[in-house]
Amino acid sequence: MSTSTTAPTAATPAVPPAPKRDWIPVLLMPALALLGLPFIADVPVWLTLTLAGLAMGMIIFIIASGLTLVFGLMDVLNFGHGVFIALGAFVATTVFALLGGWVKSPDALTQLAAVFAAMLAAMLLAGAIGLVFERLLVRPVYGLHLKQILITMGGMIIGEELIKVFWGAQQVPLEPPMILRGSLSIGDAGVETYRIFATVIGLLVFASLVWVLSRTKIGLLIRAGVENGEMVESLGYRIRRLFVAVFVAGSALAGLGGVLWGLYQQNVIPQIGSQVNILIFIVIIIGGLGSISGALIGALLVGLLANYAGFLAPKAALFSNIALMVIILVWRPGGLYPVAKR
Amino acid sequence: MISRLLSHDLPNSRALAFILGVLFLALLFAPFWVPSIKALNLAAKVLIFILLVASFDLLLGYTGIVSFAHTMFFGIGAYGVAIATNAWGPSWSAVITGALAALGLSALLALAIALFSLRVRAIFFAMITLAMAAAFQTLASQLSEITGGEDGLNFRLPELLNPSTVWWEGNPFGINFNGKMLTYYLIFVAVLLLFLALLRIVNSPFGSVLKAIRENEFRAEALGYRVVHFRALSSVLSALFATAAGVLLALWLRYNGPDTSLSFEIMLDILLILVIGGMGSMYGSIIGTVIFILAQGYLQDLLRMASGLAKGIPFLPALLSPDRWLLWLGLMFVLAVYFFPQGIVGRLRDKKQ
Amino acid sequence: MAGVHTHIGAYHILHGVDLVVPKGQVTLLLGRNGAGKTTTLRTLMGLWAASQGSIRWNGQDITATDTASRARLGVGYVPESMAVFADLTVAENLLLAAHKASRMEDVDAQRLQWIKQLFPAVETFWHYPAGKLSGGQKQMVAVARAVIEPRELLVIDEPSKGLAPAIVANLLEALKEVKRQGTTILLVEQNLAFARRLGDQVAVMEDGRIVHAASQADFIADQAAQQRYLGLSL
Repeated sequence: MSTSTTAPTAATPAVPPAPKRDWIPVLLMPALALLGLPFIADVPVWLTLTLAGLAMGMIIFIIASGLTLVFGLMDVLNFGHGVFIALGAFVATTVFALLGGWVKSPDALTQLAAVFAAMLAAMLLAGAIGLVFERLLVRPVYGLHLKQILITMGGMIIGEELIKVFWGAQQVPLEPPMILRGSLSIGDAGVETYRIFATVIGLLVFASLVWVLSRTKIGLLIRAGVENGEMVESLGYRIRRLFVAVFVAGSALAGLGGVLWGLYQQNVIPQIGSQVNILIFIVIIIGGLGSISGALIGALLVGLLANYAGFLAPKAALFSNIALMVIILVWRPGGLYPVAKR
Repeated sequence: MISRLLSHDLPNSRALAFILGVLFLALLFAPFWVPSIKALNLAAKVLIFILLVASFDLLLGYTGIVSFAHTMFFGIGAYGVAIATNAWGPSWSAVITGALAALGLSALLALAIALFSLRVRAIFFAMITLAMAAAFQTLASQLSEITGGEDGLNFRLPELLNPSTVWWEGNPFGINFNGKMLTYYLIFVAVLLLFLALLRIVNSPFGSVLKAIRENEFRAEALGYRVVHFRALSSVLSALFATAAGVLLALWLRYNGPDTSLSFEIMLDILLILVIGGMGSMYGSIIGTVIFILAQGYLQDLLRMASGLAKGIPFLPALLSPDRWLLWLGLMFVLAVYFFPQGIVGRLRDKKQ
Repeated sequence: MAGVHTHIGAYHILHGVDLVVPKGQVTLLLGRNGAGKTTTLRTLMGLWAASQGSIRWNGQDITATDTASRARLGVGYVPESMAVFADLTVAENLLLAAHKASRMEDVDAQRLQWIKQLFPAVETFWHYPAGKLSGGQKQMVAVARAVIEPRELLVIDEPSKGLAPAIVANLLEALKEVKRQGTTILLVEQNLAFARRLGDQVAVMEDGRIVHAASQADFIADQAAQQRYLGLSL
């Protein structure tokens, strides 16, 4: 997120043109979509898969954004991030059960209100647990990579088991309310309403993140902190507070992503956290650890490819994403938008 | 003599030496003092896990990098034997071809993963191995024509190793001198030799460089060591030993499936065993494995009991249910990493100094 | 500004540094490479903890105060090698250092005008990512950032290193102006020709200690001390 941000002031002729942004990664997504077309060879199917891939990509992005910032800011790689995804999804099942009347209400707005209530509850709870998680598991091993990986992975296991304690180990259905079921047809292609909804939410999250990061002081501090935390300290800001805030926000976003993911799958199992975790890792590696725009592009690529591969060669679906990561890292070893580190 | 066998890496603690000696004798005579099949199974599992965990220690404890794909190599070894004997019948050549093919595949995969992910950043390694392991496990369950899918493969081994092959008619104290016993000793000798080889590796100049890298990557690089090459080699070696452990597992069980050799739970077991036993000391894998495998059985019984006692209190029975034993393992794991980072062997050795 | 005495553990770089930076003056911290100048500045900023000794600010003990709070006392820090935030624009770099402002419009307009006059590069490249600037321009941004609000103390680590003479001259004028405004400056420099046109006090470091402290006038007159500590004479 490094484009110029403020409106141009009275520009003097002496001002040199702003340097061009690196646009090549942005073009990868349409390139991949076009590349998929001849293989799928059926335009409506292709369109359906592409739109599904974008929706999935947006959900993955919501989940990945927090993780990539947490890594960028403090060099902390949280293997337990997936817990918050599962937590969010299960909170949604509880909220739907409690608000059963709203979910089944004939009124579309009431149905949507139930969905938003679930998202809000998931974000609040995931954020709160994130605060505890940071305090108990991340802070004591700050700066120790090896222990960090082990401890946060331990946290992931504990979290997943605790979810089983509270919600049971079985699969729980999570069906979107009527208003979000069914599909719209665009020509011969069908687009599920829910996917449009998920894309809209994803875009909203992306827009708010971009706004926070580029237009607010906090966002400025986060971006600066990702680059050089020490310098931010020297300018008079406590980076740890910033870090906790980002960790909690990232957990809350993972919770939100969990709700969306659960509704997308229409059911929830305690293992979704660890399953999605792997996709998220691929996404943030592709994007360049610490970069928000990289994470978005990575998520969209992974979403698209997952849908194409799922259609063309279901058995290779997971490997296709690993292959994508390999190709991108061979091309740019630091990811699409490597973060300039001190 | 013993010192040379152990590459002069002696236990360095009287208590540790005593425990190791007892365990060695217990495992050596396992078929005689524990004639029940269940107990012998346990002993064989201990042997195989010692090798598996020791090979992981080469990576985590000595090289200082975390891999979550160790079970993938374990599984490759087991699948190698399973698939080969399934396809070509129970011949020695099938077993050996399967094992060799598995070793080759593991070496290639490990090299590719290591060169690829370590080149950029060591932290990639943990993430990429996690993704690879998951993808591989999915693949193994999906390619059911080859791997038997979720059900796995049952297969037969060469005549000599069959439990029904009795090679001494005598049956003193109900001890059967059959193919099963022979398989046990085959595993015992293989594990012993491979363990000694691992000891040799970590105490060689190569091992010293690994430790130097673990302590300070930049200094090692400044001294002229190509960190990436050393780490990659260590990861390939570690994968080969894990594959060998997988081969032995297949020989013992005459069955292999995703849950027996590939599951993430085994990966967690390995991590926990190593942390409890002590990272960075090969003996830790022995102590850790024995404690863990004994505790694993008891923990579930204990939980069953506690869960029964807690009846009527909300959530507590669910928390203490034997199905939730992974929760307690996870908790133990986190606490062990926090408060007990050197493990049991580290503690025993510290006491001596 | 009272006495600063630090002593770092672990690698033991500073073996008891006694340094007084008098208010309103420019103190030059000189010495060979590896003498501990940068370490002294970083310890002063709290980026490295002092294991012994104490750091006082206007009589108040700040040894245990964290970096952020020290900066808030009114210290602007320009680290070695132009540490601007490369992905941020020049404007954003400046805004970050303005504690009282959350948007550019909140920054005191007069002050901003003054900054833009002192550092023309800042105005020219206002919306430019700082990482795309030349070394000299980055250094200007880094110094401008440090003084975006009036500071009591400005700590600068080798600002002239690797810069073209014309830019060094520009920098010198800017720093003189900052000094004229009443800001105390602690300057680490190798380039004495540049530094002496600014300095009031001189402290020389060797092996993690201050081995010589004098007023600049005395130091320049003292050929023997120059020879002994720096291996050169002015």
